[in-house]
Amino acid sequence: MSIAVEARDITKRFGPTVALSGVGISIAEGETHALVGRNGAGKSTLVSIITGLQPPDGGEVRFGGEPAPPIADRDAWRRRVACVYQKSTVIPTLTVAENLFLNRQAGRGPIRWRSLRDRAAGLLAQYGLDVDARTVAGELSVEQRQLVEIARALSFGARFIILDEPTAQLDGPAIERLFERMRALREQGVTMLFISHHLDEVYEICQTVTVYRDARHVISAPVAGLPHDELVAAMTGEAAQGYRAGERAPDPAAPVVLAAAGLSLAGRYQEVDLAVRAGEVVGLAGSGASGKVGLAETLVGLRRADTGTVTVNGTVLRPGDVTAALRAGLGFVPRDRHQEGFVPLLSIAENGTLPIAHKLGRFGVVSPAGRRARAERMIESLAIKASGPEQAVGELSGGNAQKVVMARALADDPKALVVINPTVGVDVKSKQVLLAAVEDAVARGAGAVLVSDEPADLRICDRVLVMFHGRIVKEMPRGWAEAELVAVMEGVDTR
Amino acid sequence: MTTSTGAVTPAPTVRPARLRDLALLPAIALLVLVGALIDPAFLSRDNIVNVLQQQTELSLLVLAEAIILIAGRFDLSLESTVGLAPALAVGLVIPATADGLGAELPVWTAIPLCLLTGGLIGAFNGMLIVRFRLSAFIVTLGMLIVLRGLQVGLTGGQNLFELPESFLYLGNARWLGLPASIWICGVLFAAGIAVLGYFRHGRSIYAIGGNADAARAAGVRTDRVLWTVFVIGGLLAALAGLLMTGRLGSVAADQGNGMIFTVFAAAVIGGVSMDGGKGTLFGGLCGVLVLGLINNILTLAGVSAQWIQAIYGAIILLALVMARLTSGKAQD
Repeated sequence: MSIAVEARDITKRFGPTVALSGVGISIAEGETHALVGRNGAGKSTLVSIITGLQPPDGGEVRFGGEPAPPIADRDAWRRRVACVYQKSTVIPTLTVAENLFLNRQAGRGPIRWRSLRDRAAGLLAQYGLDVDARTVAGELSVEQRQLVEIARALSFGARFIILDEPTAQLDGPAIERLFERMRALREQGVTMLFISHHLDEVYEICQTVTVYRDARHVISAPVAGLPHDELVAAMTGEAAQGYRAGERAPDPAAPVVLAAAGLSLAGRYQEVDLAVRAGEVVGLAGSGASGKVGLAETLVGLRRADTGTVTVNGTVLRPGDVTAALRAGLGFVPRDRHQEGFVPLLSIAENGTLPIAHKLGRFGVVSPAGRRARAERMIESLAIKASGPEQAVGELSGGNAQKVVMARALADDPKALVVINPTVGVDVKSKQVLLAAVEDAVARGAGAVLVSDEPADLRICDRVLVMFHGRIVKEMPRGWAEAELVAVMEGVDTR
Repeated sequence: MTTSTGAVTPAPTVRPARLRDLALLPAIALLVLVGALIDPAFLSRDNIVNVLQQQTELSLLVLAEAIILIAGRFDLSLESTVGLAPALAVGLVIPATADGLGAELPVWTAIPLCLLTGGLIGAFNGMLIVRFRLSAFIVTLGMLIVLRGLQVGLTGGQNLFELPESFLYLGNARWLGLPASIWICGVLFAAGIAVLGYFRHGRSIYAIGGNADAARAAGVRTDRVLWTVFVIGGLLAALAGLLMTGRLGSVAADQGNGMIFTVFAAAVIGGVSMDGGKGTLFGGLCGVLVLGLINNILTLAGVSAQWIQAIYGAIILLALVMARLTSGKAQD
């Protein structure tokens, strides 16, 4: 089999930091190749080098045996390699058609909109996308947007495409559909480099895997012959197993710390009753449209239910009042850490102590020393990798930023804890720390609700409630089988 | 082509973006009706031409500001350029006895100098904002004050009256029965609408305002485009100053002062987003017409001069609220 893309001895430095140290990768024609590694292993830097956005300090990139084109020749790069980045590269205010042909709407002379739309519709049809070319791109779902980006990337004629964490923002069925498409592309002979934090996905969709750790190349091997444990060990540098959930025996007589009664919100969920006792973790599972996130956001007061009540630690909350929920002893990790989780320019110390600032001093004055001490404890207990409590959260990697959000949720020793998708875009090691933090809080007497799209995360739950079309359809005690859980989530089996 | 895409493209429907463009037309029709009821003179040819001519300077500034806003940036300094560009150009031409600077350059250089000044101001703004990555808001706020101060300093705070004939021509001339300034505005708006709607470079302005990183990734030379946009903004502001000077027959020391608020109001009422990437020049033009008609109706209705400003401001706020309600989306 011939080599489609090859990088040899690539070195890249940013100031004093070495982002890549003599790494290589070799991707065979027509294969789907996984690149894995913890946050900061150098994956993103490699992507920017093999897409020609940055020149390497040393080493070379070759496409099909030929040297790569000069950095300035963007068009030549684009004909060889396409990339769907983690960050959206569509322009939300323009139509899908215009996004597909951005900056090549026409040669010389005026744009002929009708023909542009027709070309766009043709391109969308070619990749089987059911999207109207005249839709404004900002109205697309994450899944549609990604597919549009894939179609655009391939429309330059490249036969090699890089997918940088495409599954991070998708729910289960959408990931399945993406994989279907990737298989179809592979059958057409497209070579792919797939980047993901989810090793299950690597096993499902890829033939070869390359592992980077701390800016170095660790191994490249066929996926089929590589045991899961060995892959994790290669990533973390130690023989770590998957996270093992703690042993607990929740006390059925423990007080209820978080309860919902008759909650309904039109278009999200109906008639939900829920009771979480101190010392247990209750999982909420379901597909993207099941209403699980909406329900969890109602519990913390981010949304206001149409009917029903939420009780935290014995206090009935005024609907839609986050402050009251926090005061009653609730801590939460919101769905999207970038949007609701932290203030990127503020330090770890400030972010972590936002809800407890009033306890760190009198009369509205916040004591810097108290705050610093608190933050140092947080950094230690959650193993946050940072230069110190004063570092801005926006500068941290995804996993470490999420730990700050978790630390903030736990800052006030909450009686009730609501955690939504805590492990999205987070590496294996951080994932374990985050899940352990939830279990520790529960061991100290809190009751927790964990919403996740990851069956593996839900293993820490004492019971999992599965939602389907806005209703809780099944309660599964510890020890469930993943196939069974997924079947209920998809509504295949709702007995 | 027709058969393969037939299934994907449903029958043409009116897109929301198109509707948004025409949203102000009913408001304009209503204002015309109200105007006609208040005073029959409103519909007279003289009055209509008068309203249009008075709005030409404002509309050129709105044209400039709308392009800059669509590119996702700001320019507050336009209104000071309206004063400084003609004042400097005239000052270099007229003798010192008429409050000139004493250079006494040939008279024909006045108009090119005026436009050159505007272009240079735009280029300077562009340098600070694009090259040195300074905040457009603060840079142009600073420039607003600096440029106004320069004008006062250079002219000693005097209005300039002894202007060369050629300099007054564009603001006074009538071509084919209409003031030249209306023709100029019409042609520039038509050109702007065509470029922003139908040409790659125009569309790249939308792309930059919508998501600059994505635009760069698609090969748009974002810095160059932004720089050009600021230079065009300065040129248009200088042209507006030239027209205003011709219409009024002098360069006032405070020429253009306070216009920028109306410029922003017209742009936003016309649906141009302060967040960038959204809006059309046609919308901006409608915004100008709405404000011009309101102003004219208030005058015709005999609202006392002391109160007209407060009422005008209140109506602008009301118009913003209405635009928000009819578009159904948050203004940003």
